[in-house]
Amino acid sequence: MALIELKDIHKSYPLDGFDLEILKGITLKIEKGEFVAIMGPSGSGKSTLMNILGCLDTPSSGSYMLDGQAVQNLSADELAEIRNQKIGFVFQGFNLLSRTTALENVELPMVYSNTPSKLRQERAQKALTAVGLSERMHHMPNQLSGGQQQRVAIARAIVNEAPIIFADEPTGNLDTKMSVEIMQLFTELNEKMGRTIILVTHEEDIARYAKRIIKIVDGEINSDQRNKK
Amino acid sequence: MIDFSTIFSIAIRAIKANKMRSILTSLGIIIGVAAVIVMLAIGNGAQVTIQNEMKSMGTNLIMIRSGTSTSGGQRMGHGSQPTMKAGDGNAIEEKIEGISLAAPVLNDAGQIVYGNANWSTSIVGTDNRYFQIKDWSLAYGRYFSQTDITSAGKVAILGTTVVKELFGDVDPLGKTIRVKGIPFTVIGVTTSRGQSGPGMDQDDMIYIPLSTAQKKVTGISFPDMVNMIMLQAKTAQDTYTSQDAIKALLRQRHNLGTNKDDDFVIMNLTQMMEMMETSTKVLTILLGSIASISLLVGGIGIMNIMLVSVTERTREIGIRMAIGAKSWDIRLQFLTEALVLSLIGGLIGVICGLIGVAVISFFSSFKAIVSIFYILLPFSFAGIVGLFFGFYPAYKASLLNPINALRYE
Ligand SMILES: Nc1ncnc2c1ncn2[C@@H]1O[C@H](COP(=O)(O)OP(=O)(O)OP(=O)(O)O)[C@@H](O)[C@H]1O
Ligand SMILES: [Mg+2]
Repeated sequence: MALIELKDIHKSYPLDGFDLEILKGITLKIEKGEFVAIMGPSGSGKSTLMNILGCLDTPSSGSYMLDGQAVQNLSADELAEIRNQKIGFVFQGFNLLSRTTALENVELPMVYSNTPSKLRQERAQKALTAVGLSERMHHMPNQLSGGQQQRVAIARAIVNEAPIIFADEPTGNLDTKMSVEIMQLFTELNEKMGRTIILVTHEEDIARYAKRIIKIVDGEINSDQRNKK
Repeated sequence: MIDFSTIFSIAIRAIKANKMRSILTSLGIIIGVAAVIVMLAIGNGAQVTIQNEMKSMGTNLIMIRSGTSTSGGQRMGHGSQPTMKAGDGNAIEEKIEGISLAAPVLNDAGQIVYGNANWSTSIVGTDNRYFQIKDWSLAYGRYFSQTDITSAGKVAILGTTVVKELFGDVDPLGKTIRVKGIPFTVIGVTTSRGQSGPGMDQDDMIYIPLSTAQKKVTGISFPDMVNMIMLQAKTAQDTYTSQDAIKALLRQRHNLGTNKDDDFVIMNLTQMMEMMETSTKVLTILLGSIASISLLVGGIGIMNIMLVSVTERTREIGIRMAIGAKSWDIRLQFLTEALVLSLIGGLIGVICGLIGVAVISFFSSFKAIVSIFYILLPFSFAGIVGLFFGFYPAYKASLLNPINALRYE
């Protein structure tokens, strides 16, 4: 059974009394352990698809099986639970809590899964060490470089042992050197820890790290191929 | 659901991030709580003062003074022309069923001298019934004897303030003092009663037999004259019911024809006290409600700032939701923040209120009484206000859509 199974997913937004259809029937399977890059022109619906995949949003129609569970009709709180347990997010803008140390940011998913405070700290320290930030645990986000902030975000995404990591343009705010570091980290997570990684990117260079590239054009899958290295 | 200590530290952190704003927001609560505490303390103090005064004046007390009044003894324009005699009191005591005691009072004031020391004080010419009505015992010495009263004995009972001023540590019993130049022997000292109200020292008095006052100390305009008669009724009910009979008797004794007004005024002290008590109660309730309104306004201030806070932190809410916070986690976070904010305000308010009470009791003779109940009441009310007005912002925060919240700039 595939980890992610989308069948004929449609998403439309109401606009001036009409429904503007953004996703026009996406059917897709992603297996456990894959490293997928989603590419496509701006406005093609990549982020919309990511949000549905990441259970931040629900499709207008179609079915979505995540890890064997149908999620298209779940309530907001049920989706929150799934996000907490199965999904880690890495955003373009990092989205760390300000005035909150790196360690506490990484602890956050476990705060909402009711992990005892001591265990929380231990695991957060481990995750931060895994992304190479053992020296920066008590720094606030504004005391960290962009690349370091993104690594804190990655630590936060992996700390709850979530099997899937979604990353929407994770290198969009980073320079080339930092982008390479982050992509190497993702590759490592995928290859050594078996995490499924799905990322959205504009850049061919970034997409090259993935093992499979899906191209979306105008709300439909245009191509879906193995990455030839 | 998120655990309490974590949610509490999130709230503290959020409040600390905006210290000035938080304090200004709590100001309404601070003022409200402080005002409630001060109001309750003053109201409570006033009530206790009145009750004490009532006790020290004597229970079921009626006073009759010279003067004219038009209707029902409610208008009190007394003191114009002396008309009362000690005999009037005796007649009332004897003939009126509801009255148990009548003490004559002839007031004077003058200088008292002992050795080199002198002191100006009030002089009361009366008899032992005065002390009986006031339920006032002597610290030492004796009351007036029958001979003192019938033969105008030059003896005096002193209040403790007078003793302190004239004698210091010397035992006053048996000593001779001069009252307006006339030598008197000290026979007794009353127990101390202290202030009976602002500036009224009940111990700053001396008592001499009525006959002595009438014949030797005070110039009187007709025989047996007194300024006032103090009556004690048998029950509180009697203070009301015996008034008509007293009035009829006095009119008859003063030979007042039907076309003439009363030449005396009857004051029912029980009634006056009851009225004062009711009015302080009403005042307390009134001031208390004003204070409560300011608490309410404080609550609205908290709601306002929480709404601002929710909007400002939309992105934070989005992050928390994306990571797995459920609607109740978000709601609890903002509710706790509102609660902590209002309780901090409440705490500062309690401190300000207590300081206010201390200042008031220090600079005025007004008694203010604080009790733990009157502190906890406004404090917990502040908490309830915080929860109540925090709920809507918290609810609003929990309804945010994570995608929109994350996109919020
Ligand atoms: N909440 C919304 N309401 C209305 N229209 C929306 C909403 N969200 C997205 N859209 C529209 O859907 C289309 C696809 O948006 P989406 O963010 O998925 O594009 P994208 O492929 O991620 O683009 P980019 O590469 O620029 O990030 C856009 O035209 C956008 O205007
Ligand atoms: Mg996008």
